[in-house]
Amino acid sequence: MYLPKLEQFHKYKEMDEGVLGLFETPEAIIHAAEKAKEKDYKGFDCILPYPVHGIDEAMGTPRSGLPWVTFFAGIFGCTIGILFQYLTHAHDWPLNISGKSLNAWFAYVPIIFELTVFSAGIYTVAALCFLSGIPKATRRILHPDLTSHRFGLWIPKSAKGYNESEVVSFVKGLGGSEVTVVKPENQK
Amino acid sequence: MSLTQAVRDKLDIPDLVTGGKSLKDVTVDIAKPNEDFPTKLWWNTFLLVLTITLIDVAIIGYLFYEGLYLLGINNPVGWGFFVVNFVFWIGIGHAGTLISAVLFLFRQGWRTGINRAAEAMTIFAVLVAASNLILHVGRPWLGFWLFPYPNERGPLWVNFRSPLIWDTFAVSTYLSISMVFWYLGLIPDLATLRDRATETWRKNLYNVLSFGWVGSARSWSHLEIVSMILAALSTPLVLSVHTIVSFDFAVSILPGWHTTIFPPYFVAGAIFSGFAMVVTLMVIAREVFNLKNYITMKHLDNMNKIMMVTGLIVGLAYGTEFFIAWYSGNEYEVFAFWNRAFGPYGWAYFIMISCNVLSPQVFWFRKLRYNIPVMFVASLVVNVGMWFERFVIMMTLNRDFLPSSWAMYTPTLFDYAMLIGTFGIFFTLFLLWCRIMPVIAIAEVKTVMPQKEGAHH
Repeated sequence: MYLPKLEQFHKYKEMDEGVLGLFETPEAIIHAAEKAKEKDYKGFDCILPYPVHGIDEAMGTPRSGLPWVTFFAGIFGCTIGILFQYLTHAHDWPLNISGKSLNAWFAYVPIIFELTVFSAGIYTVAALCFLSGIPKATRRILHPDLTSHRFGLWIPKSAKGYNESEVVSFVKGLGGSEVTVVKPENQK
Repeated sequence: MSLTQAVRDKLDIPDLVTGGKSLKDVTVDIAKPNEDFPTKLWWNTFLLVLTITLIDVAIIGYLFYEGLYLLGINNPVGWGFFVVNFVFWIGIGHAGTLISAVLFLFRQGWRTGINRAAEAMTIFAVLVAASNLILHVGRPWLGFWLFPYPNERGPLWVNFRSPLIWDTFAVSTYLSISMVFWYLGLIPDLATLRDRATETWRKNLYNVLSFGWVGSARSWSHLEIVSMILAALSTPLVLSVHTIVSFDFAVSILPGWHTTIFPPYFVAGAIFSGFAMVVTLMVIAREVFNLKNYITMKHLDNMNKIMMVTGLIVGLAYGTEFFIAWYSGNEYEVFAFWNRAFGPYGWAYFIMISCNVLSPQVFWFRKLRYNIPVMFVASLVVNVGMWFERFVIMMTLNRDFLPSSWAMYTPTLFDYAMLIGTFGIFFTLFLLWCRIMPVIAIAEVKTVMPQKEGAHH
């Protein structure tokens, strides 16, 4: 049976301290991600200007678990839609309109549908914001080209076996053009 | 994009981004209209539409100070232009969601050039439509009564069996899901503008607007899934919204309105008019912002084809309505349709037919599908025709069961001012949006670039 796994809800980790290498092509970043995975740098990340296909497999990131949020939020919205209309029309304020049944549920379908879609959509987006750590206006930008045409490989200090000079030479060896060591003190 | 450039060339698949652009060129080209000082043309157009909007707002104020008697509405025609405008603008909005959601689900790469502008068009059109919905109730300051909330008047709830309440829920859900879908796609592009900004105020503005987006692969993987989910949610939503709008009419017992063809017929009409509006806007945008490499002739060609097909569907619906009216043997139904075509508003009916059914037929010819002036005129004509379609439906009210209750509807200057005002509001919002946000989805265009594959060879 297909069940949600915790690692599917991978969270964005702040990039405070570590090594950043810049790459020029999507192929280069996929290659770099594969090598970083082999090296087992836990928590490493790639920074991309657009979703590069194949990067998830290269990094070993599991498929996002957000459809589960949509599924349960949809059921929640649907239940609210049914209960709210039934309780207000048949219990709290029963109103006889042309002798129709108080629980004329066919007429409830449009609103049940809209509430299902609404809560499924909104809760999924809320979950996305939570997992991606947005909105946060005070975030530091590592390199301006990363949202335009270059690709970054980020290896955080927290990674197992992190050794600054070793990591720098590792990233350089992969063909990283600009390799910078990011430290909290030289930020801003 | 799994095909390599060589295969694409062999199969003669046109590039979605022409001009041999690199990733950086895409960013620079698309961000240019946001970074440069607005041109004279932009200012002139903006001031014109802003003036129309301000006049419209003043007129709305006066209208509600004086009362709705200033409008042409009467008994039996109690709805008038507000509802014509409401249905028209909601319909315009639908193409935006269709382009971004349905074409996304069908993996149509060509949507990336036009989806952003189409989505923005949706939001503004739905806002304009919703304002007409609120205004047509006559006392708009009590508009909040449409929402169910625990109030101080005892256990008094809205009537969930009323199409007006269905409209409220459908339109507000549609507006919120479309806005979220649109903004979610904008976040990475706003981050691009933030990183390119040189002035501090601009950097701060885009920093706030972009929510602090970094572009981490982990966030992208969530974002892609969420885009897909929202696309899958908005597709039935589009159908439901216009279906519910058609229920406003179809659940009545009026001849000519009480028909099961209404939901699909309205949805087809909505797509038709929406695509016409997208063509109008895209033809202008690619000229003004110099985006011919991103909104290519292929994009316009595809949209023209869709316009032609939906035009045929709408034509079929007109025919079906007539046939079923005759076939039903119901004399009120037969009369309603005879009156539509040959009654006092027959002129509107024939404007509708010639604009909606005849004019899109020019797109059978490839030469005309690739002709900018032809498609521009055709798209305007279709919009006129679709507005008249809603007008014709509304005018069914003027002659119902009893000849003693028949009355003519004559729009007043206030009605026309409201109509022009809706265009003013729509274009003011659209022009402002073009200034501060990218008109083309920067990140998404990059994913369909043909050069990408060849980059490492």
